[in-house]
Amino acid sequence: MITAAVQEREHYLNASYGIKSWLLTKDHKRIGLLYLATITLFFFLGGAFATLIRIELLTPQGDLVSSETYNKLFTMHGVTMIFFFLIPSIPATLGNFFLPMMIGARDLAFPRLNLLSWYLLVVGGLFSLFAMLAGGVDTGWTFYTPYSTSYSNTWVIATAVGIFIAGFSSILTGLNFIVTIHRMRAPGMTWFRMPLFVWAHYATSLIQVLGTPVLAVTLLLVLCERLFHIGIFDPALGGDPVLFQHLFWFYSHPAVYIMILPAMGVVSEIISTFSRKPIFGYGFVAFSSVSIAVLGFLVWGHHMFVSTQSVYAGMVFSFLSYFVAIPSAIKVFNWTATLYKGSISFATPMLYAFGFIGLFTMGGLTGLFLACLGIDVHVTDTYFVVAHFHYIMVGGAIMGFLGGLHFWWPKMTGRMYPEGWAKLSALTIFLGFNLTFFPQFILGYLGMPRRYHVYPEEFQVLHVLSTAGASVLAVGYMIPMIYLIWSLRYGQIAVANPWGATGLEWKTASPPPLHNFDETPIVTHEAYDYTTVMEEVIEVG
Amino acid sequence: MSEHIDSVKTYVLVFAALICATLATTAVAFVDLGPFSVVVALAIAVCKMLLVALFFMHVRHSTKLTRLVLLGALMWLGILILMTLTDFSTRGALGVPGR
Amino acid sequence: MANQAHEETLALREQFDTEAQQKDASTLGMWIFLVTEIMFFGGMFLAYTIYRSTYPEIFAVCSSSLNVYIGAANTVVLLCSSFTMVLAVRSAQLGRQRAIVFNLILTLALGFVFLGVKAYEWNEKFVEHHIPGPGFHFEGIAQQGPAQLFFSLYFAMTGLHALHMLIGGGILTWLIIRTKQGAFTAEYMTPVDVAGLYWHFVDIIWIFLFPLLYLIDRHLK
Repeated sequence: MITAAVQEREHYLNASYGIKSWLLTKDHKRIGLLYLATITLFFFLGGAFATLIRIELLTPQGDLVSSETYNKLFTMHGVTMIFFFLIPSIPATLGNFFLPMMIGARDLAFPRLNLLSWYLLVVGGLFSLFAMLAGGVDTGWTFYTPYSTSYSNTWVIATAVGIFIAGFSSILTGLNFIVTIHRMRAPGMTWFRMPLFVWAHYATSLIQVLGTPVLAVTLLLVLCERLFHIGIFDPALGGDPVLFQHLFWFYSHPAVYIMILPAMGVVSEIISTFSRKPIFGYGFVAFSSVSIAVLGFLVWGHHMFVSTQSVYAGMVFSFLSYFVAIPSAIKVFNWTATLYKGSISFATPMLYAFGFIGLFTMGGLTGLFLACLGIDVHVTDTYFVVAHFHYIMVGGAIMGFLGGLHFWWPKMTGRMYPEGWAKLSALTIFLGFNLTFFPQFILGYLGMPRRYHVYPEEFQVLHVLSTAGASVLAVGYMIPMIYLIWSLRYGQIAVANPWGATGLEWKTASPPPLHNFDETPIVTHEAYDYTTVMEEVIEVG
Repeated sequence: MSEHIDSVKTYVLVFAALICATLATTAVAFVDLGPFSVVVALAIAVCKMLLVALFFMHVRHSTKLTRLVLLGALMWLGILILMTLTDFSTRGALGVPGR
Repeated sequence: MANQAHEETLALREQFDTEAQQKDASTLGMWIFLVTEIMFFGGMFLAYTIYRSTYPEIFAVCSSSLNVYIGAANTVVLLCSSFTMVLAVRSAQLGRQRAIVFNLILTLALGFVFLGVKAYEWNEKFVEHHIPGPGFHFEGIAQQGPAQLFFSLYFAMTGLHALHMLIGGGILTWLIIRTKQGAFTAEYMTPVDVAGLYWHFVDIIWIFLFPLLYLIDRHLK
């Protein structure tokens, strides 16, 4: 009975047509889709750089690119993936789309600011894209001084300006989310009835608001230093480059949590939905998000154990770093406990969620190795570090992103994706990912440094394995790209709540009407209350 | 948030206090207080900040949330500065050359 | 359809249910924006703290080369502008449109006096070769590098502050035009209120910049 009405029913996609109706939209759902298109583009651009890196590393000699080009490749891979894909990935797409719906609001608190954020990301992206096309940048995504300020002859300024602008996009998104969560909740939607996805985004927004400005001012100082040689980070004038590192990592360590926290939010939704149980220890999971955000600001010095940072500070930062393991472990244990005696179905989003839990656990545990002063000195700047953060960022954040994308695809587009293909690609990605990055743990432990394109022959076998894995991974990423676009036209029509999930976003039609709900929902239950959903399903039939 | 309209008299008094504090901080800078001169300067600045925030920015009529936001921001500024000072103030403290 | 499509007005945008909700949201939004500003300036305050504690004597000498009387006078000018701003907000709360315009124009004028004085001071630095860069020279001390650091921080901090003043000036101009158009009433004056928060914040930044830059160990001189 719902499907029959779909053709005529007005929703946010057919409410208006034309380029202008998209580029000037204030609708958070459309802006979410604009972000989705933008970051997908950057994802494949960053992926192209990664491909070149992996092909170069097939052989021990530098036969594909020169060392200068290689420096540019890993820099542009990092810059693109971190600032233009991972940071906006889940918050700006899925968060933008579903956060207002989950709390029963018509839109974010500041819709025009939301559109402005998207434009800022695009403009920032264009600056960085220009830098890449004009000749690239070779400082590494970390822009360490004094190399970035005094010595590099590449497009540091254009790239940094791009990141500076994109940073404001991130700040404004965070600001918008915080105000929305505080002020726009539907009647009855108390803080402890909010889905954990919303809690995770609240924590993420805190980091965006508190951390990103420090990156902005740091980049501004780097720009001044490079343009006018004012000496803030220049040892020749008595400045200290380690101060740059402090300022940079004050943002960039918590930035890792900007990437992973929203993915954790997605996983909480998926795990609960597909085991048909409320999340075990809801309050603990909610507060662990916030405490990860807070603790994330106290540990940045662990990126600087081999700099001239004092040994005492190193010990303090090392000690504090271990604490991040506590809220992270709370989450993993509570997800597992949720599965216990649940009625589990292995739908595609659930496969991604399982992938997330396994890979995040590995990434997290190897993070403990790196938090330890002594071991870190041994593996600093080796492939061990590379493997560790890819387990978090690719294995964690991207798994979460893809899981969420599949989970909410029916709601966003009104179409189902082909389940068989989706499962196949989830499996391909999981296998390809492990084949790519597990050998890198071993490489790093054996002493292969990162950021080199020439290496001793005994490392070749592991590098070949890694490159082979990367090709599998690339195929895994291409498949969803194809079938998701295919499903827009040919996919099965989606009903309002295909998974029998509990969130408010499932209580409205797929795709949602222009103002999300026909009537403002009134919330009377805790999150993940499956008894009420079952009753509704029985009623609707 | 109910509207509180302060009297002009309140604002004039606060304004006068701010001017006096400015003159005081300038005058006291010429006195040799040793390491305490920076403490006094910052203490006066903090007082002025509180006056501006509480009266001109209406924090004294504001919600708990606004105060929490402000307090949080100052705490995070504290984290940034104190944690970095943990490094700079303990260089060489443990006798490791150069660290 | 209880949910949607109330008429969109300035005081009640589509996404909000009540005018109070919109006002609360706008105010909270501005406060959170100010949080980001605190962290933004915070990076510079950190750099200042580190370098002042590393080179205390040089910072004292360099600080004493700034004209403290001009600095203090300019602080008073800025405090006056905060005073007129708060009067503008008060007039807006009472719905007195002409008083809003009058106070906003005064605020804007005082803001420009501040910027004018600042420009005069910067110009002095040009004349004295105290601009960081290849032409930098500070008389009477051996270590030119750290002296240059002081002036780098001086220009970065006062420059960024002045930029915020300029943006504030733009906002005030817009408010004056909107007030004359009759956009604000006692019931809807959120933009005036929120702009006031911004202006006072910029004032607070200067309240810290003044002692930190101008008043280091003046007694030595």
